[in-house]
Amino acid sequence: MAIPDAPPTTSRPPVLSLRGISKNFGAVSALTDVDLDINAGEIVALVGDNGAGKSTLVKILAGAHMPSSGSITFDGQPVTLANPAAALKLGIATVFQDLALCENLDVVANIFLGRELHPLRLDEVSMEVRAWTLLNELSARIPSVREPVASLSGGQRQTVAIARSLLMEPRVILLDEPTAALGVAQTAEVLNLIERVRDRGLGVVMISHNMEDVRAVADRIVVLRLGRNNGIFLPGASNQELVTAITGADDNAVSRRGRRTAEKAQGEQP
Amino acid sequence: MTTASDRNPGALLDRSDERLKDRSGAKGAIRGFLDRVRSGDLGSLPVVVGLVLICTIFQTLNPVFLSPNNLVNLLFDCSTVGIISLGIVCVLMVGEIDLSVGSVSGLASALLGVLWVQWGWPVALAMLAAMGVGFVTGCVYALLLNRLGMPSFVSTLAGLLAFLGLQLYILGPTGSINLPYDSPLVNFGQLLVMPHWVSHALAVVPGVLALALGYRKAQRRQAAGLSSRSLGGLLLQAVAITVALELVAYYLNLSRGVPWMFALFVGLVVAMNYALKRTQWGRSMTAVGGNREAARRAGINVRLIYASAFALCATLAATGGLLSAARLATASQQAGTGDVNLNAIAAAVIGGTSLFGGRGSAYSALLGIIVIQSIASGLTLLDLSSSLRYMITGCVLAIAVIVDSLARRSRVSHGRA
Repeated sequence: MAIPDAPPTTSRPPVLSLRGISKNFGAVSALTDVDLDINAGEIVALVGDNGAGKSTLVKILAGAHMPSSGSITFDGQPVTLANPAAALKLGIATVFQDLALCENLDVVANIFLGRELHPLRLDEVSMEVRAWTLLNELSARIPSVREPVASLSGGQRQTVAIARSLLMEPRVILLDEPTAALGVAQTAEVLNLIERVRDRGLGVVMISHNMEDVRAVADRIVVLRLGRNNGIFLPGASNQELVTAITGADDNAVSRRGRRTAEKAQGEQP
Repeated sequence: MTTASDRNPGALLDRSDERLKDRSGAKGAIRGFLDRVRSGDLGSLPVVVGLVLICTIFQTLNPVFLSPNNLVNLLFDCSTVGIISLGIVCVLMVGEIDLSVGSVSGLASALLGVLWVQWGWPVALAMLAAMGVGFVTGCVYALLLNRLGMPSFVSTLAGLLAFLGLQLYILGPTGSINLPYDSPLVNFGQLLVMPHWVSHALAVVPGVLALALGYRKAQRRQAAGLSSRSLGGLLLQAVAITVALELVAYYLNLSRGVPWMFALFVGLVVAMNYALKRTQWGRSMTAVGGNREAARRAGINVRLIYASAFALCATLAATGGLLSAARLATASQQAGTGDVNLNAIAAAVIGGTSLFGGRGSAYSALLGIIVIQSIASGLTLLDLSSSLRYMITGCVLAIAVIVDSLARRSRVSHGRA
C-alpha cells in the first residue's frame, strides 16, 4: 500500500507544496529534507512519534518558525512565511492544540476576537449572523452563541476554534491534535467537522497520534520519522505498516507487545 | 450544506436548537434571571441587596440618613473616590491591580496646590499637568510589567510609597495649601448643582435613549432573523427607568439638587461602559483578562492593552485627586492617604468587578462607591469613631470578596466562568 515518493494522483497542482525543508535548532536538525504536498479538498494526516518533527513542520507552515533551508510554494508561487500574520494573509489558518479561546467571552466574541467588525461601534448583529452562518455551514451543534465558551463541551470548543479559523476564508487549515482531549462521541463529531471542512474545498493538515482517527478521515497519511519523510500511505494501510514506518523497525515496542499478547492467548487455549 | 435534523425549520436563527429553553416573554426573563443567579452569575444583585440592607439599618438608627440633604452630600463625596474606582475597574478587567491610586490622587492634589496657588499657573494647565503625571505613572507601571515582568502588585506597592513621599516633598514643611474658595474649581467641588429643570430634563434622557437604541437594535435583529426584544418590554423598561430617575431627581431637588460633579462621574461611567462593552478595545481588555495567551494569538497587542489599562487608571486616579482637593478646598498631606486606596478598590469589587480579571463593568464603580459612601456616611451620622468605621468597612470588603470568589466557584461548576 505504501506509495513512497509518489506524487499524488491529481491533475491540479497542490495548494501548498514544501520541497527539501530543513530546520536546525543549534546542532539538532529537527527536520531534514522534508517534502509535503497539500491539495485542495484533501485531508493530509501528519503522523510520527514524539520528536519526529510534526509540530516543527506545522509551525513552519503557520509562520511561527522560518525553515533553515528549502522552498515553500503556495498556488505555484514561491513564498516565504516570515511570521504568523504572513501565513494567515496567504490563507493558512492554524488551530492550536490548546484551543486558545477566552472562556469568559461568548461564542461570537471568540470567533471574531481580534477581527471585530466596526472597532469603534461593534456590529453585534452582523457578527452574530455571520457566526450562525459559519456554524450552520459546519452543521455544528452549538445551542447558543451568546453563552460563554466556559459552558461548552470539549468538542463544541473545538468546533468554535475551527469556525474561528474559517472566518478568514483560508485555503489551508492546520489542525494540531484536534481530537487529543476528546471523548468518543465528541471525537466523532470533530472528525465529521473536519470532513465538512474538506468538502468546502480546503486543504486540511491534521496532526494526530490516534491511528484510528487518522485512518477514519485522512486521504493521505504522511509519516515523519526523526525529521525525515518516511513514507506516504493511503488510509487502507494496515496498522502494522504504519507503526513500522513511524517507529522505523519491524521489531518495535508495538509489535513485540502484539506478539506477546498473541503468545499469551495461544498458551491459554492449547 | 446539510442541516441537522434537530433544527426546527423556520425558527429564528439563534432559537432553532431544541435544547434551548424558551426565554421569551416576562416569565422567561424572570426564569432566566433566577437561573443565572443560581449558577453564580450574580451581576449587581449583591449590591442592590446590600444597599437595601444598609439603608434600612441606618435609617432606623438615624432618620437623617435618607434625608435629601444627606443624600446630596453623599453624592458629592461619591464622585471623587468613584472616579478613582472607575480606573480600578480598568486594571481589574485585565487581571492586574493598582495599589497606588490613593498616592497618585494625593500627588495630583499636591501638584494642583503648588502649581496653581504657589506658582500661579492657570488652573486648567495645573490640572492638565497633574493628570499628565498620572498618565506617565500608569505608563511606567505598564513598562515595568511588559518589559521586566514585574508584577503590578509589587510595582504599584512601590509606587504607593514613592508617590506618597513625593507628595509630602512637594507640599514642603507647611504641609497644606488652601485653594481659593471663590474659584470655579472649588465651587464645582463643593456647591455647584444642576438647576431643577435641568435635572428633570436629564432624567428623561436615559429612558428615551434606551427605548430608541433598543428599538433600533430589535429592528436590525428582526431583519437579520435573530430573536429580538418585544416593543412592550422595551417600553416598560424605558418607563421604569424614567420614573425612577425622575423620582430621584425630585427627591434630591427637595434639598440642594443634583451635584454637577456627580453628573461628571456618571458621564465618565457611561463613557467607560460604552468603551468596555461596545468597542474593540473593550473586547480586547476582557479577552486579555480572561486568557492572555488566547488574546495574544488572536493578534491582540497585549502589551498595549496593559499600557492603556494602567495609564487610564492612573489618569483617572489623578482626576479623582483633583476633584477631592476641590471638594476639600485644600491640598494637604492627608489627601489620598488612609482609606482612599482601599475604598476605591473595594468599591469596584463590591460593585461586581472580579479580582480575577476578565469580568466586570463600569457600573460596578458607581454602585460600589454608593455602598461604601453610604456606610461611611451612616457611621459618621451615628457619631462612631474612625476605629469602628475602619473595622466595619473592612468587614464589608471581606464579605464582598467572599461573595465574589464563591460566585466564581459556582460559575466554574455551572460552566459559566
